[in-house]
Amino acid sequence: MAGRTRAATPVRIRFYRVIMCVGVCTSRNEPYKRRVEGVAWNSRDDRVFRTAGADSWGDRDGMTPAEHDAPFIALHAISKHFGGVRALAGVDLAIRPGEVHGVIGENGSGKSTLIKIMSGSTEPDPGGRIEFDGQPVAGLTAHAAVRRGVQVIYQDLSLFPNLSVAENIGFSEHLRRPITGLTHRARLRAVARQAMQRVGVALPLEAPVGTLSIANRQLVAICRALAAEARLVIMDEPTASLTRHEVEALLRIVADLRARAIATLFVSHRLDEVTAIADRVTILRDGRRIDTVAAAGLSEARLAFLMTGLRTDSAPLPRRVATAQTPRLQVQGLSRAGGFADVSFSVAPGEIVGLTGRLGAGRTELALCLFGIDTPDAGRIVLDGETIALASNRDAVARGIAYVPEDRLALGLVLDHAIADNITLAILGRLVSHFGLIDLARQRASVAHWIAALRIKAPAPADAVATLSGGNQQRVVLAKWLATRPRLLILDSPTVGVDIAAKQGIYQIVEDLAAQGVGIILISDEIPEVLHHSHRVLLLRAGRIVAEYDAATASAIEIQDALDA
Amino acid sequence: MHSAWRRAARSHEAVLGGAVLLVGIALSLATRNFLSWHNLFNLIDSYAATGIFAAGLLVVLIAGGIDISFTATAAVSQYLTASVLVAYGGNWFTVFAVSAALGAAIGALTGVLVHTLRVSAIIVTIATLNMLYGALIFATNGAYIYDLPDWFTDGGSIWQIADTADSSYSISVQALALAAALLATALLLRRTSVGRQIHALGGNAEAARRLGLNILRLHLLVYGYMGLLAGIAGVIEAQLAHSVAPAALVGTELDVLAVVLLGGASLAGGIGSVGGTVLGLALLAELQNGLVLLGISSYWSRLLVGSVIIVSSGAAALGRRARAAPARPAGAPHG
Repeated sequence: MAGRTRAATPVRIRFYRVIMCVGVCTSRNEPYKRRVEGVAWNSRDDRVFRTAGADSWGDRDGMTPAEHDAPFIALHAISKHFGGVRALAGVDLAIRPGEVHGVIGENGSGKSTLIKIMSGSTEPDPGGRIEFDGQPVAGLTAHAAVRRGVQVIYQDLSLFPNLSVAENIGFSEHLRRPITGLTHRARLRAVARQAMQRVGVALPLEAPVGTLSIANRQLVAICRALAAEARLVIMDEPTASLTRHEVEALLRIVADLRARAIATLFVSHRLDEVTAIADRVTILRDGRRIDTVAAAGLSEARLAFLMTGLRTDSAPLPRRVATAQTPRLQVQGLSRAGGFADVSFSVAPGEIVGLTGRLGAGRTELALCLFGIDTPDAGRIVLDGETIALASNRDAVARGIAYVPEDRLALGLVLDHAIADNITLAILGRLVSHFGLIDLARQRASVAHWIAALRIKAPAPADAVATLSGGNQQRVVLAKWLATRPRLLILDSPTVGVDIAAKQGIYQIVEDLAAQGVGIILISDEIPEVLHHSHRVLLLRAGRIVAEYDAATASAIEIQDALDA
Repeated sequence: MHSAWRRAARSHEAVLGGAVLLVGIALSLATRNFLSWHNLFNLIDSYAATGIFAAGLLVVLIAGGIDISFTATAAVSQYLTASVLVAYGGNWFTVFAVSAALGAAIGALTGVLVHTLRVSAIIVTIATLNMLYGALIFATNGAYIYDLPDWFTDGGSIWQIADTADSSYSISVQALALAAALLATALLLRRTSVGRQIHALGGNAEAARRLGLNILRLHLLVYGYMGLLAGIAGVIEAQLAHSVAPAALVGTELDVLAVVLLGGASLAGGIGSVGGTVLGLALLAELQNGLVLLGISSYWSRLLVGSVIIVSSGAAALGRRARAAPARPAGAPHG
C-alpha cells in the first residue's frame, strides 16, 4: 500500500488527467467486485501512477496517500447524546488528504450524526476534539466547516430548485462577498463552468435546478462542492437514487477527486460500492467505531459481519417442488406502446420469478399493467386460470394482486401517519362494522398480527412511520400489502435503501410467503439479488423478454453479459 | 429565476401585461376620463402606498415568509412621526428618516420573533398586527392628527408639469417614493449577494442553513426592509390625506397580498419579481378605478379582483406544471 508518496500538504495539481475505465466483473461468489484499470499522471513532474490490470479497486498502489500523511480532519473521542439516546460513543476518525474513506453501518449506527458533527450542524458532547490540519477547532459551526473546506452532499442534495445551475454551483461566491455587495454574474458563471469542466459534465447554466433529473441534480451538488474549494467531500448515501450506470459515473468522479488530493467520505449501505472505491473503511455499530480497515482485499462478507455482528452468507433458495398446478399468473403476448411488447411468462403458486433489466427496459411499466394502473394495448392476463381485465388498481387489489412500489416514500407510505393506520390502509373496507365505522378492535388485532409476523421493530403502533428506520419502513409497506392477503405479490426493488441485516429479513419474509403459495414477481436491477432470491430470472431488454434463466444454474456474469449485449 | 422558470415568469408577466393593456384600452374607450393625465397621475398617487407595501411584501414572500402586520407597522410609525413633526417640526428628510427607522425597528422585531419562536410567520404577524393596532387605538383613542405643517401638506408636488384649464398634474412625492422603492427592491433582489441569499432561503431553507447562511441576519433584513418600506408608505399616505388617521391603513393588507400574488410571487417562497408586482399593481388600480368611472359599485371590484387572482394563479400554475416536466421527477417510478 505504501507505494509512492505525495506531499504531506495538499498541493493544487494544476495539470492533471485521469483516465478511469470502470468495468463490471461479477462472479457468483463475489458479486459486483469491480475491476479497474486506472492511469493518472501529473505532467508537472511526469510521474506516472499506474494501477493497470489490478484485480479490483483494492489494489491502487501509488494512488493512496502515504500512511504518514497528516490527516486533514481528525476526530478524537467524539460522543453525542440526543436526550437520553446515545448516537455516538467515543468515535475516533482521521481522514487524510485525497483519501477515499468509506463509512458503513446499519441504520441507527450513527452515520448521520457523524456527518452532522463533521459539517458543524450538530455540536458533539463535551470531551471530544475535532482537529483540522492538526489544529484543534472548538465549537465548529456550519459556516466554519464550509470555510475549512468541508462540503456535504446530502441524500436530499440540498439544492435550491428555484435558482439556476450556475447559481447553485457558484453559491459560495455570494457568501464570500460582503452582505451589501453586488453579485458578479460573469464570475458566477465562470466558476460554475470551471467546476463542471472538472467533473466533465455540461449542464445548461441557466436551467433551474428544479427541472433537472435526479442524476443531474447530484452532478450539480458535486460541482457545488468542488466550486467551494472542498478539501473533504462527504457523500451521504450518494447512490441510493441512481441507476447502475450513474453510479459508475459517480465512482469515476470520486477517483478523480482522489487524484486532486480532495478527500472523500463515502457513506453507503452498499458494501460493493464501498469496497470498490474506498482506500480505508470505518465500520460503525450502535454508535461505536468497530474498526477502521484497509479496503484492499476486504470481502463483502467480512464487512457485513463487522457491520452487523452476524454472518450473512445467504443460503441458496430451497428448490421449489414442481407440481402440476394451474399457474397463479399467466401473461400472454402483453404489449403496451412505449413500455413493452409481446411479453409472455407465467408464475406458479409458490414461485418467485425475478425480473431484471436496465432502466427503461419496461420493468415498472409491466408491473403497473399487472396492477391495473395502466391498461395494456394487447395480450391477456390470466390469474388462476381466469382471464381478467383490470379496470383499476382497486380492481387488482380486490382480485388479490399486490404491488410494492420502488419508491415507498412517495408511493407506498403516509409517513406522518401512524404505523397502524399505514398497515390497515389497504384493507379499511374489510374492517368496517355495521354502522360504517372502522372496527377498532379488529384493526388493532390485524396490526398486532402483522407487527409480530414481520417483526417490525416499532415502539408503538401509534407512532408515525417516519420515526422508523428504512428497513422497518419497508416492512410496514409489506405488511400493508400482505394484509390484503394477496395471491400475487409484485415487489419492485424491495431492498433499495435498506441495510444488509434488514435485507435478509425481507428476503426471508418473501421466501416464507412463497412457501405459503403466493406467486411473487421480484423486480430489481441488482442481478445478484434476483439471482439469489428467485427460482427463475427473466431478462427484459427494450420492452421484451430476451432471456430466461434457471436461478440454480445461471451465473451473474452470464446475465450481466446478456444485459450488456 | 432563470431559463424555464424565468420563461414561466416572463410568460406570466407577458399575460399580465396583456391584461393590463386590454383593460386599459377597454376603459379608455368606455369612459371619458380614464385615459387622461389627470386620472393617471391620480392613480399613481393613490396606489403608491399599496405599491410600496407590495415591494416589501414581495421580498418577504421570496424569502419564504409572509407578513400581514405591515399596515399596523405603517400606522404606528406614521402616527409617531406625525406627533414628532407636530411637536418639534422637521423637514422632508427627517420625516422620512424617522418613519422609516421606526418601521424598520418594528419590522426587525417581527423578524426576531419569526426567527426565534420558529412559529409560522403568518401566526406571528397576525399577532403583531393586532398588538400594534390595538396599542395604537388604545393610546390615541382613534384621534386624528390634522395640524400637520403647511410645507408638508402643500409640498406634495415636486415638479409641476403643466397646467391646463383647471387641473394641474405633477410628479408627486408619492410617485417618487414608489419609484425609489421599486428600484431599490429590484436592485436588492436581483443584483446583491444578500438578495440572492434571500432567493436561496425561500427556495430551500434547510439547504440554506446547511450552507452556512446567516438565517437570523436574513430574517432581520427581510422583515426590517418590509418595515422600512411600511414606514415610508405611512408618510406618503399621510401627505396624500393631509391628516393621520390611526385606522386608515389597517385592513388593506390583503389588497397588497393580492397585488403581489397577482404579480406571480408564490406563497411557497423563492419566486416572484418586481416587474410582475408592478403589473399586478397596475391591474388592481385599473380595475378599481375603472369600475368607479363606470359608475359600478366598488364592491364589484373586490369580486372582480378575486376572480382575476384565481384565474391568473391557476393559469400560472398550469403553465408551470406543463413546462417543468423533468426527465425523471423525484419520486417517480422508473425501471
